[in-house]
Amino acid sequence: MSEKKKWYSLDLGLNRKKSDTACGCGKTEGGCGSHKPEMTDDAFLEAAVNASIGEEVRKDGFEQVFDVKMDRRSAFKKLTASLLIGAGAVSTSCSVISGDDTKEKAQIDWEEQFKGNYKLMNDEEKKATVDRLMRSYELRTGKNISMTHENAEEDVLFGYAFNISKCQGYMDCVNACIEENNQDRNSQMQYIRIHEMKDGKGFNFNEADDNYYHEVPAEGHFYMGTQCFHCDNPPCVEVCPVQATWREDDGLVVIDYDWCVGCRYCMAACPYDGRRFNWSKPEVPENEINKNQHYLGNRMRKKGVMEKCTFCVQRSRKGQNPACVEACPTGARIFGNLLDPNSTIRWVLENKKVFRLKEDLGTEPKFWYFMD
Amino acid sequence: MRRFKVFKNLVIDSLDTITKGSRKYHIWMAFLTFVMLVGMYCYSMQLQHGLSVTGMSDRVSWGLYISNFTFLVGVAAAAVMLVMPTYVLKDIDFKQSVIMGEGIAVAALIMCLAFVIADMGGPSVLWHMIPGIGVFNFPNSMLTWDVIVLNGYLFLNLSIPFYILFRRYQGKVPNPKVYIPGAILSVLWAVAIHLVTAFLYQGLQARPFWNNALLGPRFLASAFAAGPALIILVLAVIRSFTSFKIEDKTLNKIAMIVTVAAQINIIMLVSELFKEFYAPTHHSESAYYLFFGLDGKTALLPWIWTAITMNVIATAILTIGKLRKNLKVLYFCCALLFVAIWIEKGFGLIVPGFIPGPYGKIIEYLPTKIEVGVTLGIWAMGAFVFTVLAKTAIGIELGKLRYKKKTS
Repeated sequence: MSEKKKWYSLDLGLNRKKSDTACGCGKTEGGCGSHKPEMTDDAFLEAAVNASIGEEVRKDGFEQVFDVKMDRRSAFKKLTASLLIGAGAVSTSCSVISGDDTKEKAQIDWEEQFKGNYKLMNDEEKKATVDRLMRSYELRTGKNISMTHENAEEDVLFGYAFNISKCQGYMDCVNACIEENNQDRNSQMQYIRIHEMKDGKGFNFNEADDNYYHEVPAEGHFYMGTQCFHCDNPPCVEVCPVQATWREDDGLVVIDYDWCVGCRYCMAACPYDGRRFNWSKPEVPENEINKNQHYLGNRMRKKGVMEKCTFCVQRSRKGQNPACVEACPTGARIFGNLLDPNSTIRWVLENKKVFRLKEDLGTEPKFWYFMD
Repeated sequence: MRRFKVFKNLVIDSLDTITKGSRKYHIWMAFLTFVMLVGMYCYSMQLQHGLSVTGMSDRVSWGLYISNFTFLVGVAAAAVMLVMPTYVLKDIDFKQSVIMGEGIAVAALIMCLAFVIADMGGPSVLWHMIPGIGVFNFPNSMLTWDVIVLNGYLFLNLSIPFYILFRRYQGKVPNPKVYIPGAILSVLWAVAIHLVTAFLYQGLQARPFWNNALLGPRFLASAFAAGPALIILVLAVIRSFTSFKIEDKTLNKIAMIVTVAAQINIIMLVSELFKEFYAPTHHSESAYYLFFGLDGKTALLPWIWTAITMNVIATAILTIGKLRKNLKVLYFCCALLFVAIWIEKGFGLIVPGFIPGPYGKIIEYLPTKIEVGVTLGIWAMGAFVFTVLAKTAIGIELGKLRYKKKTS
């Protein structure tokens, strides 16, 4: 990292782990006791962030602005906060006819409308918004969902490999993805596209068909899937005017659906067709909703916001494979932790001739293709 | 305290002026109001059903709104072509028309902001973008730069003419020491707004059609042709409907600016075409689609060839000095040029940037009626704002509007 380079390159942590793995115990966690604490890249990053934005990073919404150590400011904050509470109280308590549920719903809607950016929330605030969303769903439909907000784990960097020789174009991954991630059924939104290519033409996307309706595998064709590649240097993140999308520490590029303003600049910036927009209100039949949700993953979206593949954050952070990997009947999809030397994905990267799409753009996708 | 009183009087007087006028004036304002109402109705449909009522899709995710936004940023930037000679170079010819140019800039900027808001998926959470209460991704996102330069330019173009007119309203002479620094700043700022808007597209490695170093300069050249062309047309209308005096000399000077900018624009067009078609690469596909169509998909062909024909004809006529001096020919050429550059910035620049898609998919784009309705509504709003501003300004400039001179 300290080495100055002319271009961005993906840091798999291979170099930084060298001193750790040199230890006789073979573990990276430091269980044997002979690992010395040192300033890791993460710690350095945190120190740098603290130095540059300081307290702001831990604060939420209005507090990011008003809660500054300054007398006038804090007085202003108290004024505004009381004003907000007052307005909320007035809007809910003034109505005589509405019941407690309606009042609670109004209170939740109010707090949700004016909450801060998830990226800058601390765990408490994350929990508060997740609780509100679950309660709001219960109030509206009478049913319960389970929503979590697990953060990225340390020493995890997710990566994905796609075996072109194995894929037969069954599209089970596409269907599993739609069901898992509660995608809008009306617009037939799908994060994954399977491109059917002609043998002998190479990777010719121009002549490929990503919307076929016939029996597969079709004679003389091969198949290649694309989705969000979770770039390590994602152009979509750079261009977002409100930081509603960002790269998490485990490498996932995620969106806060409630912070997105819907300008679609990220869509124009993505070279991989990885992003989708909710052009109208997304609809999923109540009995088909996947109720195991994550704030950054498959929770219900609203009209006018971006969404995308999150490597099924609600699954991957619990140690499961994404739905597409699990659904693939041919084993063409491989997912795992790039920092774990014993993972399958690492084996693929070390033993297969892998390549990535549009590498010349410097986006460093964490999605590799290979052949048997 | 006195200033507030004067300001109050100014507002009352200007309300008085803008609500009175000839029959034609009233018909014009009624027409604009009607179009605005239609636009608002269309926008309410869009708010209710989402952006799915537009022709945009995941494949072509920006359309008519962003096209018009881009074009109007150029029109706004062009006001500088009048500001510079008047305030900075002290060229007296332009003094009469510069206030009009600034009025056009204000109207164009208001339209720009309206187009951006119309394009947003979530206008109700737009406060996320306000620095301070929201999270402003500055300096990483070019969109935040654009927000800053556009609002800054709007402020400059409101405050300078306001200061001048406010002084004149009181029968005083504006102090050059106050407005000259602002004028110089606005000259630099005008270049910035258009360059930054170009960078918005130019900085995307995902879209080879935009990712091209000539985009920014070409934006400037075409803006300095289309903007002053509109100013000439507006001045022509003002000249024939009011007693506001605009000399032929002024129009001729602005025509000179239009001509030079249009010529530079054509040179850059040739350079672009040469690069795309002499040694075509994978990255030339968008240009191929735009000019010749790809896979039998040819929706943009009529637009771009109309635009190029109009552009070349207008530039050729304007280049001949004798023809340029004929006002009727000049107006005709300005209208041609204005329409040509509008097409070029919209259907010729924003839409083909998305076609073919990142994996070569060709999905065409056609705006829907609702989209066209909202667009027309915003244009009507711009015309309305300009008419109100211009009528007040002309009243003050002609001396009809004066503080404490209420005769009638």
